Amino acid sequence: MSEFLTIMLSTFDATIRVSTPLILCAMAGLFSERSGIVDIGLEGKMLAGAFAAAAVASVTGSAWLGLLGAIGVAISMSLLHGFACITHKGNQVVSGLAINILASGLTVTLGIAWFHQGGQTPLLSGDARFLSIDLPGALAVENVPVLGAIYSQLISGHNALVYLAFITVPVTWWVVYQTRFGLRLRAVGENPQAVDTAGISVFWLRYRAVICAGLLCGIAGAYLSTAQNASFIREMSAGKGYIALAALIFGKWRPKTALLACLLFGFLEALTVRLEGVPLPLIGEVPAQLMQALPYILTVILLAGFIGKATAPKAIGIPYSKER
Amino acid sequence: MSNKTLPAWIDIGVIPLINVCMAFAVSGLVILLIGENPIEAVQYILMGAFGYDEGIGYTLYYTTNFIFTGLAVSIAFHAGLFNIGGEGQAYIGGLGVGLMCLSLDSFMPWWALFPFAIAAGAAFGAAWAFIPAYLQAYRGSHVVITTIMFNFIASALMVYLLVNVLIEPGSMAPQTRSIADAATIPSIKELFAGLGIDISNSPLNISIFLALACCVLMWLLLWHTRLGYAIRMIGFNQNAAIYSGINTKRVIVITMCISGAMAAMVGINEVMGAQERVLLDFVAGAGFTGIAVSLMGRNHPIGIVIASLLFGALYQGGAELSFEVANITSDLVVVIQGLVILFCGALSLMIKPGLEKLFIKLTAAKESADV
Repeated sequence: MSEFLTIMLSTFDATIRVSTPLILCAMAGLFSERSGIVDIGLEGKMLAGAFAAAAVASVTGSAWLGLLGAIGVAISMSLLHGFACITHKGNQVVSGLAINILASGLTVTLGIAWFHQGGQTPLLSGDARFLSIDLPGALAVENVPVLGAIYSQLISGHNALVYLAFITVPVTWWVVYQTRFGLRLRAVGENPQAVDTAGISVFWLRYRAVICAGLLCGIAGAYLSTAQNASFIREMSAGKGYIALAALIFGKWRPKTALLACLLFGFLEALTVRLEGVPLPLIGEVPAQLMQALPYILTVILLAGFIGKATAPKAIGIPYSKER
Repeated sequence: MSNKTLPAWIDIGVIPLINVCMAFAVSGLVILLIGENPIEAVQYILMGAFGYDEGIGYTLYYTTNFIFTGLAVSIAFHAGLFNIGGEGQAYIGGLGVGLMCLSLDSFMPWWALFPFAIAAGAAFGAAWAFIPAYLQAYRGSHVVITTIMFNFIASALMVYLLVNVLIEPGSMAPQTRSIADAATIPSIKELFAGLGIDISNSPLNISIFLALACCVLMWLLLWHTRLGYAIRMIGFNQNAAIYSGINTKRVIVITMCISGAMAAMVGINEVMGAQERVLLDFVAGAGFTGIAVSLMGRNHPIGIVIASLLFGALYQGGAELSFEVANITSDLVVVIQGLVILFCGALSLMIKPGLEKLFIKLTAAKESADV
């Protein structure tokens, strides 16, 4: 029993670590997409953020300054996205793709030129990283059966950004559903004409939405390079931005369900590592590639309308032009 | 504010040119930022891409891939669809080509196998595009999202197949056995050798002629057939297409299948031509470059050939550049690609209002001068 508990705890612990960037990116996408701006650029913004965080942290030796750098870079990429598809009414998918490709090329090009390590940044240590925090009382309750183990191993012992990511979800919910800004944000994603008629600037609202998205992607990037790992590695976002996008859709563009989808996809990834080479009863050994593809397959099945219905914000993808 | 204020030569000539120039100008700034000389970089790229026969061979070999993927993206664009899945469709299409070649290569020479390989590749690529297309047309899910998902699914599937099923027995690398020599399509070097001309070795093979033929076919299809008319009508105005009696759902599915089949022809160039086997990630981003090519070539076959040649030169020249300049790697080409997509795609309308004002001012001034 206790062995089973240990395995479960370590799998859930891994789930939390892998889900963190997914949660941050999914919430980022939520802000952007609920305002009517398609955001397939989550991947690129996170990657650029990861590079900025590691670069700044390695130069200044401060993880928090790295975080600020990441947020700054990710927001500027968001603004570029906004400039292209809010101000100039460009195609939002094309713009997002451009951001992804740009980030993938620029991070490595600049990394090689600045740090001469084949695109990697120098290894970070000490204050240049977000280290794990032991929550108060974690050591004291360690020996309490079940609950103590859950508290000390699962809940305690993560770094600051993990807790930040989990706090982001209720904050996102509160902003989107309980504030005036959130009401307008949702309205602008459904019916921008109505918002415009009420005398509220559609452009400015959407710009604020993409800035929120940039902020969260920046934090996700900083998590990758200065918390989960100790340096920037080329292509380290490795499709996580797209999985987060899938989770956002899988969660039907709502914070709570998107969180659950992120945790599910994170759990699948954690399970993949654990099941490597272990045959399961009845089905035998599950190929790791199937597990990796599962989030995408599930999302496609959902989109096909077989698991409930995912209804996108009505005005998503359509540039708003204030005619005459 | 109609499009009519600008003459066609500005709209399809000057504006795209300015957009491309802006993309290159920003690329030059990036090179300056990392402390290198952009003019020197351009010289290295041009020398590497066109300076000697091996370089030209590589340039045209990359060009071949980009023509296929560019055409694939463009036909979908004509129907108002954005096929991001060229990468996955080419990957799965290459699997089709590879399976056909590996099962028949001991029985037939390449010229007999060629049509079968094309058919198998096209069928696999079209099948991979069919599911997102069907879901878009009949189930209302968005083709952009599903094709992104299908790229990842294709990648996972191919890793599984190459590592567990198709791997050459006794080999460590996840790739199939090589296709028998007689069954691979001739390289341009062999073709020239037959004419008594000796050129350096390069992966360039006769699929480039297939690519050019596809351009002609695509032009005929889009502008000279009933189906092409339906495709373009859906792209212009889907409601008008519905009311004029076009079965839009069916045409959307057919368009995506043609698009997938076109992307799959990368498999002919790579699997049956250059690599002579199926290996991991042989598409190497050509599917995404196809998007840049299509945007830059304004979805027209001629534009696509020109844009493909430019990107072929960038890929080959960029590789050369990374040998010459220590600080630069071929990732710079990825940056340029991103900038081209940004300026020719997302920001393509940026300079139009300004140019319109300028043009109106100029014509007004000219008219008053004439009076």
